Amino acid sequence: MELGQMQKSLQDYTKSLFVEGILDSQFLQLPQLQDESNSDFVSQVVSLFFQDSDRILNDLSLSLDQKVVDFEKVDPYVHQLKGSSSSIGAQRVKNACVVFRSFCEQKNVEACHRCLQQVKQEYYLVKNRLETLFKLEQQIVASGGMISAMDLGF
Amino acid sequence: MGMAAAESQFHVLAVDDSSLDRKLIERLLQKSSCQVTTVDSGYKALEFLGLGQGIESNDPNALSTSPQEVEVNLIITDYCMPGMTGYDLLKIVKESSAFKNIPVVIMSSENVPARISRCLEEGAEEFFLKPVRPADLNKLKPHMMKTKLKHQKLEEIEEPLNVVAAAASVEPEIKDPTEVGIKILTLQSELEPKQVHLQVVQQEEQTLSNNKRKSMEEGLSTDRSRPRFECITTAV
Repeated sequence: MELGQMQKSLQDYTKSLFVEGILDSQFLQLPQLQDESNSDFVSQVVSLFFQDSDRILNDLSLSLDQKVVDFEKVDPYVHQLKGSSSSIGAQRVKNACVVFRSFCEQKNVEACHRCLQQVKQEYYLVKNRLETLFKLEQQIVASGGMISAMDLGF
Repeated sequence: MGMAAAESQFHVLAVDDSSLDRKLIERLLQKSSCQVTTVDSGYKALEFLGLGQGIESNDPNALSTSPQEVEVNLIITDYCMPGMTGYDLLKIVKESSAFKNIPVVIMSSENVPARISRCLEEGAEEFFLKPVRPADLNKLKPHMMKTKLKHQKLEEIEEPLNVVAAAASVEPEIKDPTEVGIKILTLQSELEPKQVHLQVVQQEEQTLSNNKRKSMEEGLSTDRSRPRFECITTAV
């Protein structure tokens, strides 16, 4: 594929993530914090999000699988995940966490299990999309093209 | 980085248990030309300030920097943290005689009015809702300028006072017109000390060249329309 086409694909792909509500405007803040001396900032932050989320989702699964669910433990996990997803602009994950927390408050175990599934679904979706996004960028860079912060904004 | 350079930068201590949020706030503050130290708990923050008394002394992750070697000009902390909350940290800082004058900013992902007013009542300067944006950091500008001006005044007040003292003791044989300016000032007894200082500073720009000092005049004439501010040159 020609470089110009690749760049157009990247822009279209990025745009779709916003249109579908998978990402929100907070995600656009990230490239603005990247510069020559912090050239990997966006990928570092996204990696941190993946690491945190994997860990939290694992802890949540364990907590909800207990015979007696301790909501004092469950709620902080969801709060953390809501925080990280909000910080990175993963809007649908954040929204799923908000719903999750309201069921934690009601101590509704069954609903919480459903919420956990929903959160996992949204998380795997955004993870998949972001990984594809970074692959597209890498292809462009490998072909001698440049990615600018402008490519991610519109 | 030499100590002189470190002293002239506004130093922020950022506290957050989330590594992602720590990274974000660090970059945001660095983009605003601040020197940043990040810690992951209120305990570590107190330790850094020198209030910790070695709580975490057996911790292999304990800070290698000695506390109080670098002055902290502002503390920005997350509210919800395990163990010591941001509110707890705020209270301790405001109740300590050594550090109560350090401005404290609270961040939270939750918009709870009661929480916000409680923090402000306890002495927090600002309350930021997460995710923190560059525009939020503009609210910290006045604090940065206050600290910058305070440092400048402390530096400048020493030198002009020496010059004034020297001029006052010299016989009025006028060789240099600027010397006259300083002498005239010392004879004006009606002037308040603050006014004398400002006028002596202006004289100083002509007589003394000290490239370490940034003049208040220079600061005031900086273009205010620059979108990205830098602590050193932007005026209030």
